[in-house]
Amino acid sequence: MSQVQDYPSRLSDPTSRKAETFSYLPKMTADQIKAQVEYIISKGWNPAIEHSEPENAFSYYWYMWKLPMFGETDANVVLAEVDACIKANPNNHVRLIGYDNFAQSQGANMLVKRGDM
Amino acid sequence: MAKTYNAGVKEYRETYWMPEYEPKDSDFLACFKVVPQPGVPREEIAAAVAAESSTGTWTTVWTDLLTDLDYYKGRAYRIEDVPGDDSAFYAFIAYPIDLFEEGSIVSVMTSLVGNVFGFKALRSIRLEDIRFPLAYVMTCGGPPHGIQVERDKMDKYGRPMLGCTIKPKLGLSAKNYGRAVYECLRGGLDFTKDDENVTSQPFMRWRDRFLFCQDAIEKAQAETGERKGHYLNVTAGTPEEMYERAEFAKEIGSPIVMHDFLTGGLTANTGLANYCRKNGLLLHIHRAMHGVIDRNPMHGIHFRVLSKVLRLSGGDHLHSGTVVGKLEGDREATLGWIDIMRDSFIAEDRSRGIMFDQDFGAMPGVIPVASGGIHVWHMPALVAIFGDDSVLQFGGGTLGHPWGNAAGAAANRVALEACVQARNEGQEIEKNGKEILTNAAKHSPELKIAMETWKEIKFEFDTVDKLDVSHK
Repeated sequence: MSQVQDYPSRLSDPTSRKAETFSYLPKMTADQIKAQVEYIISKGWNPAIEHSEPENAFSYYWYMWKLPMFGETDANVVLAEVDACIKANPNNHVRLIGYDNFAQSQGANMLVKRGDM
Repeated sequence: MAKTYNAGVKEYRETYWMPEYEPKDSDFLACFKVVPQPGVPREEIAAAVAAESSTGTWTTVWTDLLTDLDYYKGRAYRIEDVPGDDSAFYAFIAYPIDLFEEGSIVSVMTSLVGNVFGFKALRSIRLEDIRFPLAYVMTCGGPPHGIQVERDKMDKYGRPMLGCTIKPKLGLSAKNYGRAVYECLRGGLDFTKDDENVTSQPFMRWRDRFLFCQDAIEKAQAETGERKGHYLNVTAGTPEEMYERAEFAKEIGSPIVMHDFLTGGLTANTGLANYCRKNGLLLHIHRAMHGVIDRNPMHGIHFRVLSKVLRLSGGDHLHSGTVVGKLEGDREATLGWIDIMRDSFIAEDRSRGIMFDQDFGAMPGVIPVASGGIHVWHMPALVAIFGDDSVLQFGGGTLGHPWGNAAGAAANRVALEACVQARNEGQEIEKNGKEILTNAAKHSPELKIAMETWKEIKFEFDTVDKLDVSHK
């Protein structure tokens, strides 16, 4: 039994809360985030940014950062908006979305920055 | 000029073999793989299949002349060799749309795979594909919600969803069963699942199971901050009982129920799909009994047909096979029926066994569920084969983790996210799978142990039902 490790998730511990895709991975580096932005652009999807206080992250609707960047194909422009969103909301979760207007869905929706909890 | 009545037996091909016929967009088209009894010409057999699956019987009857039989009859319009098999041939048959009741997949199947399958002139017969005309598709309800709506309801995007079938299949008490569900969900799975034969046995009555599973879902949601579900199997001995269970699932707030569409039957399934659509329940479909129907390459119904049938009858998820796990499934053929589940238009593609173009129009898609004998080492291949619109279901591959279900679930979730991240970065994940998982395991002790536990397990038996491809 000594080799068995306990699973440390707790209701009482806010850091146990996850936030969907990529929330089980370590914090992404700037280069890794850029690669994901480039993936969204390569798929022809429209990049968008959302953020939320960690305690309200279960809601369907997070705060939309400005508007989706329709037709944006420069990853650096998208990354600058991610940075601006983080700077303006330093304690919030931030996620990057790729709107797929043909599927009428989100082709991508990933946590790129965990808020403080 | 009116016809005259001549009693007696005519050769089928005089009436039902029409090689000059050009199928209409509104026709049903079917492709049967047929092995005739020795000495019977192919045209006669194809015509007999057309007759016996539509208007005909073995002798002329006077009442034939009271209708326009030339309009209502099935027409054998083409014969093809089966690549690599001299004993069999493909018979292509067109049926006018009037032969089938609107919105009743039962009516279609009763004709197409009815009496003709017992016909003595055939050694064997297999229904390889059906082209449902779009005009008929639009009369069917289809999936209660479909892929996009399920993603929105469950709030899950940009990755396959993860599930787990609770084991042992039978014998747990409701409370202990709920424990297994809770552990899986808090560890990072999106769904857990009743096994197909879990209904309402004496050791675990359905109402108790539903309540404990719902409690498990709610606590796991509060703990992880993510939306969760458990496929509550509402398959029952009678439709009335099935609806009672579905209604209770809705009342307690379950997001999803499940049905065994072949053993439960197509009428029950279509009714349940309608109920789910009206009441906002997602519907997971298990395919128990399909192996009886679809596994013999010479007789029965191909799974691509069963997939179309289920999509029209209604279901949001359908088990598809895994390609890589413990259950039967050729890769190209599987890719073919995955397209049939998900896409709006599927083009004829003989390399995947698809015999006809199929247009589903606006009908929502079904999410394929890969389940059976898969574990973390299969993750790169599964993500590559199935893409995002799928549920990957690890039963033993979650519950068999040395530290328990939550750790097993976390291992699968980390492996999945690592594969999706790598894929998005443009990596060839099947080729680099080992490296991707090994790197991910540096941050996840749960994944590291899972990888050590299942290192050597492989399922490399040859597929019994292969695609018909030339080997001469």
